[in-house]
Amino acid sequence: MNKIYYSPSHEYIRVEGNTGYIGVSDYAQQQLGNVVYVDMPEVDDEITAGDDFGAIESVKAASDLIAPVDGTVIEVNEALADNPRLVNEDAMNNWIIKVEIADPAQLDSLLDEEAYKALCAAEH
Amino acid sequence: MNRKLYGRLIFELSREGRQGYRLPDNKLPDALSSIPASLLRSSDPALPEVDEPTVVRHYTNMSTNNFGVDTGFYPLGSCTMKYNPKINEEMAALPAFSSLHPYQPDATVQGALELYYTLQLALAEIGGMAEFTLNPFAGAHGELTGLMVIRAYHASRGDDKRVKVIVPDSAHGTNPASAAVAGLEIVEVKSRPDGTVDVDDLRPLLDDTVAAVMMTNPNTLGIFEKNIPEIARLVHDAGALLYYDGANLNPMLGVARPGDMGFDVMHINLHKTFSTPHGGGGPGSGPVGVRKGLEQFLPAPRVVRNPDGTFSVEAPEEALGSVSATLGNFAVQARALSYILSLGREGLKQVGPLATLNANYIKESLKDAYLLPIEGLCKHEFVFDGLRDKSTGVTTLQVAKRLLDHGYHAPTIYFPLLFHESLMIEPTETESRETLDEFIDVMHAIAEEAITDPETVKSAPHDTPISGPDDTEAALHPVVKFSDL
Repeated sequence: MNKIYYSPSHEYIRVEGNTGYIGVSDYAQQQLGNVVYVDMPEVDDEITAGDDFGAIESVKAASDLIAPVDGTVIEVNEALADNPRLVNEDAMNNWIIKVEIADPAQLDSLLDEEAYKALCAAEH
Repeated sequence: MNRKLYGRLIFELSREGRQGYRLPDNKLPDALSSIPASLLRSSDPALPEVDEPTVVRHYTNMSTNNFGVDTGFYPLGSCTMKYNPKINEEMAALPAFSSLHPYQPDATVQGALELYYTLQLALAEIGGMAEFTLNPFAGAHGELTGLMVIRAYHASRGDDKRVKVIVPDSAHGTNPASAAVAGLEIVEVKSRPDGTVDVDDLRPLLDDTVAAVMMTNPNTLGIFEKNIPEIARLVHDAGALLYYDGANLNPMLGVARPGDMGFDVMHINLHKTFSTPHGGGGPGSGPVGVRKGLEQFLPAPRVVRNPDGTFSVEAPEEALGSVSATLGNFAVQARALSYILSLGREGLKQVGPLATLNANYIKESLKDAYLLPIEGLCKHEFVFDGLRDKSTGVTTLQVAKRLLDHGYHAPTIYFPLLFHESLMIEPTETESRETLDEFIDVMHAIAEEAITDPETVKSAPHDTPISGPDDTEAALHPVVKFSDL
């Protein structure tokens, strides 16, 4: 299983087994503009669906990063600390945190690719 | 400006051993011996070494790079960049004010204390409040002070459950920031599509853990919160207090009073509504007013009028501690009182309506070329969501930069966050019809240019001292020291 889900607050979670790679969507990085800082949690931190786990700052604005699911942080993308522009270059492959998903059933309440595209189209 | 000769840093003009000024001989050679060696400098400070004409030319040329309300139209939304009448400067510069020391005995500064007291009374009348403190140094300092007053009020009733502050999603960032500094938890209430607070979203958030609800009225989109009486009732029914962020008081001036709308605590930005300089020019001033029954919680020190007509500075025991060592930014207070007394009651009553008229005039004149997300009357400011024609790829940032080439200060951009391409315009009441028309023509020309010659807009500005700075790189790796250059 390797599927991508989206939240209405524009985070994605790419799921591989019980592991989730969480980042911001390509649409989100376009809207944010040039990213200058990504505030990330630490390994072993617990994240809770709907709560912020960090923040992303661009030349335009600073936004909270909202956790799409409950889980435990396994790894943070250290490359973003030195080079936050990676988010603009390829948001979908430059994930922000890697988590152990606590409850896979929570994924069902997220949006799939098609529903997310519709959401972005409506927002624009 | 003569950029070739004087566009350099003063440090680059330095030549070793050059002097523009000579200190007198040290007539107290023994004085240094009383200072511990650990506190004495062992090498000379790294100051630039330049002659006097170079210093004068350098700074005179640099000063022509400034942009202010005295050099051009400054429609910076949310900032109320109104013209600062020169009479204010004359009043603040009167030697009897400008040469005072903040710790002079009360008896020797009666005039200054009377000025403080009179301004406090005037603001109370304008805001519909019982009493004001003029001590906070700026708007956000006022917010913090106001929230501390609210905490003191709840604490005085033994009510220690109230730890939350409700803030609309369209609020200025200072609202949640001030609440956090005051040790309170922030809860966001959503806006409706027309930009006003969603009362249905607010209702379930109100319970006995809420200390205050902070509102800006008109809100950040320049829309008047028509439901304010109902919101005030709901907030008070829940035992919380209603806080008025005075950021947008300008259009209300002489027309409506926060106190009459049901607000309990408010702050005023003298540097916005009362025409004192700000925006890099500062200093600000953020007086805080409270309704009857909350006066005792205002911070110390306070100016009181004695029965014999004299004034004294007091620090009542039940007062909140001090939020400032002295009575605030006195020279700013002098300017604000000068403004109030110059305009008088009749003049002040025209401020709000004229600010509103000017904003609506620009909005209606430009909505054919710029996307207006919320139709209808605005108050003193409004927000476009970028250009109407999105196909050119020209962004709000680029429109703003192109305006610089035409000699205007850019409007506020990418705020509020409710729209992707926010372009927020606030003309204020002090601009003439001709100034507004010229600005409208330029905005139309830029919209047209975005279609006919988008590259020129995208690469703007072209006529400013510097062009095309890499703002991402500047944010990532700011160079703040000459030695890092």
